[in-house]
Amino acid sequence: MTRTIRIAAGQGFWGDWLEAPYRQVTGGPVDYLMMDYLAEVTMSIMQKQRSRDASLGYAKDFIPLMQRILPILVERKIKVTANAGGVNPRACAAAVADAARELGLQGKLKIGVVSGDDLLGRLDGLLARGHTLDNLDTGRPLRDVRDRVLSANAYLGAWPIVDALRQGADIVITGRVTDTGLTLAPLIHAFNWKASDWDLMAAGTVAGHIIECGAQASGGNCLVDWQRIPDLANVGYPIVDAHADGSFDIVKHPRTGGRINVAGVTEQLVYEMGNPREYITPDCVADFTTIQLKQAGKDRVKVSGVRGKPATDKLKVSIAYFYGYKAVGTLVYAWPDALAKAQAADRILRQRLKDLKLDFDAIHTEFVGVDATHGRLARQSMKSADVPEVQLRVGVRARTEAPVDRFTREIAPLILNGPPSVTGFAGGRPKPEEIVAYWPALIDKQVVKPIVEVVEV
Amino acid sequence: MKKQLLAIAHARSGDKGDTANVGLIAKHPKYYPLLVKQVTAARVARHFKGMITGKVERFELPNLRALNFLLHGALDGGGTISLKTDAQGKVFSTALLRMEIEVPR
Repeated sequence: MTRTIRIAAGQGFWGDWLEAPYRQVTGGPVDYLMMDYLAEVTMSIMQKQRSRDASLGYAKDFIPLMQRILPILVERKIKVTANAGGVNPRACAAAVADAARELGLQGKLKIGVVSGDDLLGRLDGLLARGHTLDNLDTGRPLRDVRDRVLSANAYLGAWPIVDALRQGADIVITGRVTDTGLTLAPLIHAFNWKASDWDLMAAGTVAGHIIECGAQASGGNCLVDWQRIPDLANVGYPIVDAHADGSFDIVKHPRTGGRINVAGVTEQLVYEMGNPREYITPDCVADFTTIQLKQAGKDRVKVSGVRGKPATDKLKVSIAYFYGYKAVGTLVYAWPDALAKAQAADRILRQRLKDLKLDFDAIHTEFVGVDATHGRLARQSMKSADVPEVQLRVGVRARTEAPVDRFTREIAPLILNGPPSVTGFAGGRPKPEEIVAYWPALIDKQVVKPIVEVVEV
Repeated sequence: MKKQLLAIAHARSGDKGDTANVGLIAKHPKYYPLLVKQVTAARVARHFKGMITGKVERFELPNLRALNFLLHGALDGGGTISLKTDAQGKVFSTALLRMEIEVPR
C-alpha cells in the first residue's frame, strides 16, 4: 500500500468559518492543514492596517485560531501552510510564536516565513528599469496611477514553501503566495516531485484549485440538486487524499455534512476560470481540459489525468491603488405599487442630484427583489408587477469625496418628501467609502527573490 | 421542445477584475452536445445584451461536459469599484440558466 498525503482545507477566505480548521484537525487523520486568506484586494486592506500600526498587516483571526489548535497540531504532527501573513508575514509569525510559547510549546515547533513578494518599496526602481507593469485588462502603464499605489505584491508559487518545509518548518506563514501553491507545496515536499514534472505540478495545482475555496467543493454554495445536500450546518470541508503519481481523491471527514460528488467538484473547477487550457501559475501552466473525474465512493471523487506545461517566465503582480469614493443608499417601499413607488423615488433622487450639479462617474440603481441580480432578464419574466415590497438601492461613485458625501444626505429626505409607504432606513445615513482598486500586471520572474526563514519557537 | 437551461444544466460563476466567468455544466452527458451547438458565444452575448459592455468568449471542456464563458465588462468595473449588488459576478451563472434552448423529446 503506497502512502497517501492528506491535505485539509481549513479556510477558503479571510472571514471563513472559524470552526472549520479545528474540525479538520480533529475529525480524522490529516497531514497538512491548508488555509487561504488572500483575495484580490485583501493586500491593500492589510497595507492600510500596517501603515497605522507597524505590527499589523496580516490576518489577525489566524492567531486565536492557531492558539486553539496548536497543541493538536504538535501532538498529531500536522503541518500548516497559510498565506495569513498578508503584507507582514514576520509579524504574523511572531504572534503565532508568542501564542505557542504561552501554550508551553517551546522547542516543539518550527515556524517558516515566506516573504519577498512585497514590491511596494521597490516600485520606482522597477519602473525606472523598464518594468512598466501594464494593467493586464486595460493595457495602461502603471505610471498613470503611480502616486496612488497602496500595495504591490508578486504572486509567489509553491517553491518557497517547499524550501521552508525542507528546513523543517511545521507552520509556514506566507505573504502573497498563490492559493494553489499552498496545496502544491506539501505534495512536492512529501513526494519529492521535480519542478520540471509539469504534469505533477499541474495535478497539485488542480488539487489546490479544488480545495482553495473551502466548502465550495464539498456542498457549500453548490447549485446542482442543492436541496438534497445533507446537513450543511455540520459541513465537512474538503480534503485532498493524494498519491505520488499525481492522482488524488477529494474527500471529507466521516460524520460530517455536505456532499462530494462529480457535479459539485466540477462546479468548483469552473469557478473563476479563464482559458481552461492555460491555467497559469508561477509553478506551471495547467490544462483543465485534461482533468478526469470519477465518483470513487460516497463523498469521494477521484481526480486523474491532469496534464501541464512549463511555467512562464513571468509572475503576476497584484497592485492596489486609490481610485475614489462611493456610497450606497437604500430604502424599502411596500405594497401597493411597491415597484412604481421605488421607481418614482429613484427619478426624484436623480433629478435632485442633477439639480445640485454633482459630478459622479456613475449612478447605479437597482430594485432589490426585482432586478438586482438578473437585471432586464428578470424584469422580462416577471409575471406581475404586484410585488409585496421592493428595496430601492442607489449607488454613486466619484473621484472626490464631496459629491459622494452630498449624495448620502439626499436619501433620508425622501422618507418624508417622496413617494409613500417607505421604511427600512434604521441604519441611518450611508457612509462614503474609499475605493481601493485592483491593478493586475506581470513582472519578470528573475527580479522577484523569495525570502525563506525558519525559526524554532 | 424549448426548455430552460436550468432543466438540463447547472452553473457556477466568479470574477477576474471586470470580467465575470460562467461555467455551464450539462447535468447528463447527452445534453453536452446540445450546449455546444446552441449556447454559442454569440447567443450568450445576445442574452446579456445591455448588461455587459465587452465581448463574450467561450471555451469547451468536454472532459467535464462543461462550457466556460468569459463575459467582459460585466461588473461595472469589478471588485471594489463596482456599485452592483453582484459586484463579483457570483450569480451571473443563474442568469444564464434562464436561457431557453431546443431539447429533443
